[in-house]
Amino acid sequence: MNANEITVAATGLTKRFGPLTAVDGLDLAVRRGEIFGLVGPDGAGKTTALRMFAAVMAPDAGRVSVGGVDVVAEPERVRERISYMPQRFGLYEDLTVDENIRFYAELFAVPRRLREQRAARLLAASSMERFRKRLAGQLSGGMKQKLGLACALVHAPSIVLLDEPTTGVDPLSRREFWQILYGLRAEGVTLLISTAYLDEAERCDRLALLHGGRMLYCDTPAALRARMPGALAEFATPAPRQLRDALQGRAGVLGVLLVGNGVHVHLDQAGRLAELERQLRDSGVPCDGARLVPPSIEDLFVALLGGAGTQP
Amino acid sequence: MLERIWHILVKEFLQIRRDRWARFRLLVPPLLQVLVFGYAATFEVFGVATAVLDLDHSQESRALVAAFAHNPHFGIVRMAASQREAEAAIDDSSAAVAIVVHAGFAAALRKGQPAPLQVLVDGTNSNSALIALGYVGAIVDTYSQAYQNDLLGRINPKLARTLVQIRLDERPWYNTSLNSRWFFVPGVIATITLIMVVNLTAFAVVREREMGTLEQLMVTPIRPFELIVGKTIPFFCIGLALMTAVTLTGTLWFRVPFRGNPLVLLLGTSLYLLSTLSLGLTISTLCKTQQQAFATNFFLVNPLFILSGFSFPIASMPAFLQWLTYANPVRYFIVIIRAVFLKGVGVAVLAPQLLALAAIGAVLMGVATLRFRKSLD
Repeated sequence: MNANEITVAATGLTKRFGPLTAVDGLDLAVRRGEIFGLVGPDGAGKTTALRMFAAVMAPDAGRVSVGGVDVVAEPERVRERISYMPQRFGLYEDLTVDENIRFYAELFAVPRRLREQRAARLLAASSMERFRKRLAGQLSGGMKQKLGLACALVHAPSIVLLDEPTTGVDPLSRREFWQILYGLRAEGVTLLISTAYLDEAERCDRLALLHGGRMLYCDTPAALRARMPGALAEFATPAPRQLRDALQGRAGVLGVLLVGNGVHVHLDQAGRLAELERQLRDSGVPCDGARLVPPSIEDLFVALLGGAGTQP
Repeated sequence: MLERIWHILVKEFLQIRRDRWARFRLLVPPLLQVLVFGYAATFEVFGVATAVLDLDHSQESRALVAAFAHNPHFGIVRMAASQREAEAAIDDSSAAVAIVVHAGFAAALRKGQPAPLQVLVDGTNSNSALIALGYVGAIVDTYSQAYQNDLLGRINPKLARTLVQIRLDERPWYNTSLNSRWFFVPGVIATITLIMVVNLTAFAVVREREMGTLEQLMVTPIRPFELIVGKTIPFFCIGLALMTAVTLTGTLWFRVPFRGNPLVLLLGTSLYLLSTLSLGLTISTLCKTQQQAFATNFFLVNPLFILSGFSFPIASMPAFLQWLTYANPVRYFIVIIRAVFLKGVGVAVLAPQLLALAAIGAVLMGVATLRFRKSLD
């Protein structure tokens, strides 16, 4: 068993919907036991790619293999070892939490004792033990997603495909969610996850940045950040919008992004910072100071996509 | 494979059991419909509101009016004084038929001349009007026959005794009293089963599609065929239970005779359910939402009903529509259920209908299975 073994692989994967090419010649290799993130804006082709990996949708061109099995040739064999959780997991709202888990476990022929063990563990990990007898339709959005995850994991798949699993989930549940995912990784499970939350992308072992159906970059979050040209400065200010407008278009400024407590400014080189601070003081825009910071994935994304977006 | 079908079955029954409204919806409307149809659906016409205008005031005219008065098909509601009053009664719908005996009626009869009798009928309901006119004809025929015989008997008794007549010997088989309820109730059972089964099946599958559970099931080891079988068996059982309940209502409550073998009806019902279930499944593959399924059902069920021979004779339809009826499963099942109820015939006689149902069921099931796979992509 090789730690670098490729468990999910795509070459030239393509899917068209009429004139639109949703996934365009995607090449991807996911290693066993890693959390691999698909990141990109809406319409980047994340969901379509995952659906093809899950054998729910047939590609128009290219090859996909999951766990060494050709997905197009043997979709049924793929399904037994993977788990696919779409954006909205299909729960039976008129069945209880227990009944939903039981139903999905039975379809995968999980023995009763094993099912009970796993259900208990999964529900405990997501703080849902109290709701086992509750109808799925009466759960909150976050709990529905956690139940979906429990249903998706009850057959102990070796490869898990998750499509924006934490959309609409509260921060606490999101943390529980990720703890479960880390636990799976520790057991050697391969996770392929798409997300629109860039702070979540940082939690992945490796990331693929998708845009317009194509993969722009693929690397670890740290390596991706290192790829960012120039430097990133964070300006603390009580008037972020005013500051943004004042900086936009100045020499050496590649991009400006509003963040929680200020403004992130992408500079062509670190040396520009002192000059910009002086200019701001002269123009009278309130600014409580600035410092160079390591870029986040979000900064990187905006910096990289800013260039990609101009290409046809 | 069997285990996975079984798990789907268990889940379906769990869902049905949980849904209290479903239990009501499954049982009450069909029984209610059988009762309403059983009482209301009839072609017979009784107590037709009749206005009479007698301008002749003769013994003959009074005898004719009396013949109408004593007939249960007519109820005299008004003795009009003028032609205008008789016509007004038809206009304001207080009478559906007006019988006008003009002056000189008796004089013409006594002279052996044709005596005209005017009958005004409200033709807005052409069916009832036609039936009422038939009864009027019969009463007037009987009256005029009796008058002729009486006249001849007085003028030439010898000739009257040797007068040749054809006497109609009516023997309606299977339904000796031509009770239209016996005709309707089996047909109602067929159409109610159609509506219920097609609806239930289409909605059950479309609901899974809407909820996203269908896509979820497709990433489990279950095969489309297993899913189809698992999802249709409950509705097959419900269909059989429904058929039993309405058949018992028909026989025990409405006293429609059941002369055939229940097993023949079971065989026919099974084949019929196969084709209606497949029809529901096919609809479900065409629809993304329950609203679409509802609209499609609405669009399909009415033509199936009209082109079934349930109330409108297929032989009277234009050739093109007659051809269409061959693809209609209801057409065959109506023949089967009426024959089993009233004629008591067996498989040998009903073989063409049974085979046709089996063929339609097989074709529709094939279409449903193929479309079902496609619609998942």
